[in-house]
Amino acid sequence: MSSAVESTQSGQAGHWGKEVRSDVHIAFEAQGGGGIEISLESRVAPYYGTAIMEQTREVLAGLGVKHARVVVHDEGALPFTIGARIETAARRAGIALSNRWLPEQHPIPAPSLKERLRRSRLYLPGSEPKYFVNASLHAPDAVILDLEDSVHRDEKDAARVLVRNTLRAVDFGGCERMVRINQLPLGLEDLAEIVGESPDLILIPKVEQAEQVTEVDRMISEIRKRSGITRPVWIMPILESALGIENAFGIATASENVAALTIGLEDYTADLGVAKTAEGRESQYARSRVVNAARAAGVQAIDSVYGDVGDMDGLLHWGQASRAMGFEGMGCIHPGQIRVIHEAFRPTDAEITKAQRIVAAFEEAQSKGLAVVSLGSKMIDPPVVQRALKLVERAKAMGAIS
Amino acid sequence: MSERVELAHNALGRAVPTMVNGKPQIPFLGVGKFQPRGRKAAPAISSNKDYPDTGDKRVPDLETALRKCGLRDGMVISSHHHLRDGDKVALMALEAAAKIGAKNLMWFPSASFPSQKGAIELMEKGVIHHIEGSMNGPLGDYCTQGKMRGMGVLRSHGGRYQAIQDGEVHVDIAVIAAPTADFFGNADGSHGKSACGSLGFALADSTYADRVIVVTDNLVPFPCVPWQIQGNNVDYVVEVESIGDPAKIVSGTTQITRSPDRLRIAELVALFLRSTGIMKNGFSFQAGAGGIALAFVQYLKKMMKEDGVKARFVRGGSTKFLVELLQEGLTDYILDGQTFDLDGVKSMANDPRHIASSPFTSYNYHGKGNFASLVDAVVLGATEVDVNFNANVVTHSDGRLLHGIGGWQNCLFSGCSILAVPSFRDRIPVIVDEVTTMTGPGEMIDVIVTERGIAINPRRTDLLDAVKGSKLPIRPIQDIKAEVEKICGGKPSRPKLGDRPCAVVKWVDGTVLDAVWQVS
Repeated sequence: MSSAVESTQSGQAGHWGKEVRSDVHIAFEAQGGGGIEISLESRVAPYYGTAIMEQTREVLAGLGVKHARVVVHDEGALPFTIGARIETAARRAGIALSNRWLPEQHPIPAPSLKERLRRSRLYLPGSEPKYFVNASLHAPDAVILDLEDSVHRDEKDAARVLVRNTLRAVDFGGCERMVRINQLPLGLEDLAEIVGESPDLILIPKVEQAEQVTEVDRMISEIRKRSGITRPVWIMPILESALGIENAFGIATASENVAALTIGLEDYTADLGVAKTAEGRESQYARSRVVNAARAAGVQAIDSVYGDVGDMDGLLHWGQASRAMGFEGMGCIHPGQIRVIHEAFRPTDAEITKAQRIVAAFEEAQSKGLAVVSLGSKMIDPPVVQRALKLVERAKAMGAIS
Repeated sequence: MSERVELAHNALGRAVPTMVNGKPQIPFLGVGKFQPRGRKAAPAISSNKDYPDTGDKRVPDLETALRKCGLRDGMVISSHHHLRDGDKVALMALEAAAKIGAKNLMWFPSASFPSQKGAIELMEKGVIHHIEGSMNGPLGDYCTQGKMRGMGVLRSHGGRYQAIQDGEVHVDIAVIAAPTADFFGNADGSHGKSACGSLGFALADSTYADRVIVVTDNLVPFPCVPWQIQGNNVDYVVEVESIGDPAKIVSGTTQITRSPDRLRIAELVALFLRSTGIMKNGFSFQAGAGGIALAFVQYLKKMMKEDGVKARFVRGGSTKFLVELLQEGLTDYILDGQTFDLDGVKSMANDPRHIASSPFTSYNYHGKGNFASLVDAVVLGATEVDVNFNANVVTHSDGRLLHGIGGWQNCLFSGCSILAVPSFRDRIPVIVDEVTTMTGPGEMIDVIVTERGIAINPRRTDLLDAVKGSKLPIRPIQDIKAEVEKICGGKPSRPKLGDRPCAVVKWVDGTVLDAVWQVS
């Protein structure tokens, strides 16, 4: 390409302005020659101005860009964000399409277990870097880096790169690291970018057919194979339509890697053409169906989100009812909801005490070689024992008992 | 200011000027090491024969009042910040002085606010020579850019009282904005359309200044009660249309932070007080009106209710949240130095258990004790904290003046001083190797609470013991610092500061704790 053509290749990414925090805006213009020219404005310039200049050069070099004019308006973005925004701006300019610049790798936590606690999963919009770093301090069981509904369609490419860098660089403590990809086929592009950074679980939105799950599963295993990833990447399909609900069991059993099944009530009620109410009677059937299909498939059933972040009493009631139906957790859209959800999904003290007594009786029977477990004058059926064992195990995992 | 400034190193190793605005200074000697001598300052003896028997001290306007007070070049004019950013009186007085033709005044506000940036023009014109008092926003920038002719002097609320009382600063003319007053000069802050609560900041000036002018927009027939300012100290009373903008004097509603991270900090502070047993029947605490402090009060309130605990007193800056504690019987008293919202103002006006306090009762270090040291725990902010628990509240890490000291230094004498701060702001770590400006020595700061954990000063082995076995995230301060530096991509660079001091920070005893350096 001639330099005249190259000089018209420009792209922008990120955000800046008085209200913006922890983000950066990059205006990238490819040049025919003259090397790298960077201009920087930053609210943290006295402290990190030099570091930002150095990183910008490093990222450009990593992307293989030799001649460009780059204008950086920084609002205190952290390095993983700066890298993502530069890479996105360059790609939008049509430059360095196959190159990557990856931030320093934070040690990847231990792989998550298929049966782990999933009471709460905190949604984090994939285009808002300011929410990432402190998310784990609020101790949800999982964080979801969302590429779907919380990301504007013009920002999908940027969010994908940002989420990839986030998986790599941000410490999420003991939280399971989930990513909600877009609907297929766009979701496949998301997978290509992020699976290499070992997310623990992929949420697939608006699943209606088992084939959608198998397609995602196939792509994940291809990438895992290519990248030499041996740890599991679990799948949680989200059912958000009447058809999805009808096919729940097939979807839950579409892959060994499906760890949980969940439901999205906004879209589901829209599909039915009914209003979503606080009591949720309109979705009673669908939610029960999800629980039943999930249990039949041997996976967890997880409830939708509670939309009113100001109503903690409503959330608690919803959560308690949800647990009573057989769900093991729900989504959160605000950190303030996490504790309430954990409270809702915590077995009551009476339940725990009863379960502990049953477990003790079961262990005693085992040690005596008795097939029949009895508590006082009552005989305890095997399924009751199984439920008690599971409850005690969950209560331990929640820290409700030691 | 072109003369060479002699510097000395104080007990904390900070280089400080030995002369400030022509007056010799004592470098900080260590907490409790400076022994003051001599007698307090006093104004000249007055005689009733010079004041009208009718008690009517009204004059038509501020200009007349200032003329009658004998305004001359180089005088010290004081004002107060109980009307906060809504105050109109200070600038009104300084502009009246300019009209008279006065030059080289020293403006001595208890604090200045961004709306008073008009003072810059008066400095440019030579009416004001320099400011001794907190400077932030445009005035702070003017000072740290080295444009002010004299040196800024930053004092705590208690330190300002001490400086007046000890004669370090002699106030020639005090101008006191009064939301309600009578013609005799009795003045009250808790009533009137510009009500602000307490007038405590003006107490020292009213008793030690040569001349005292009360300016009011709500003149009531004698007697004005309560008389927070006694008319017997007042020379002239000026009635004006408006002393301030009510919307900026108090906020209609004070807002609790909605940031989940800051709420977490607030909750950790409350949990800390509960776990250590500081929160017990008859205890006391102070918290300001910042978003974290307000949220802290709400969390603590819940815990007090759960545990059946009641406080003997709480100290304001009062807000609706402290008022609710009083009304719900969770504290016997509010001792209030400054009132931040309408609920606070109403409560002080109507509830005898909500008491206006002053820098004399609360904060003065050269007295026979003060209330601040009686408080069991205080929750404060900071712009920077270092690994030795020293803290900065006056400058940004880039050296620009940002805040006044307020009562912050004085509060450090409480039983447990807690700084509730985010571990970083906009990528800028709050925990640093060494603070840019020393405002509080680390030996006075007990606990740093951040969203990433709680650091207890190793000197406080009692607190470390008290939290043993608790679930609180107690961590060494270096640990939190290292984690944040990793997140932020390394240690921040230290901005280059100039070698010319443009302001000093006084300790509560009048010694010089640190210098603020000109920003290049």
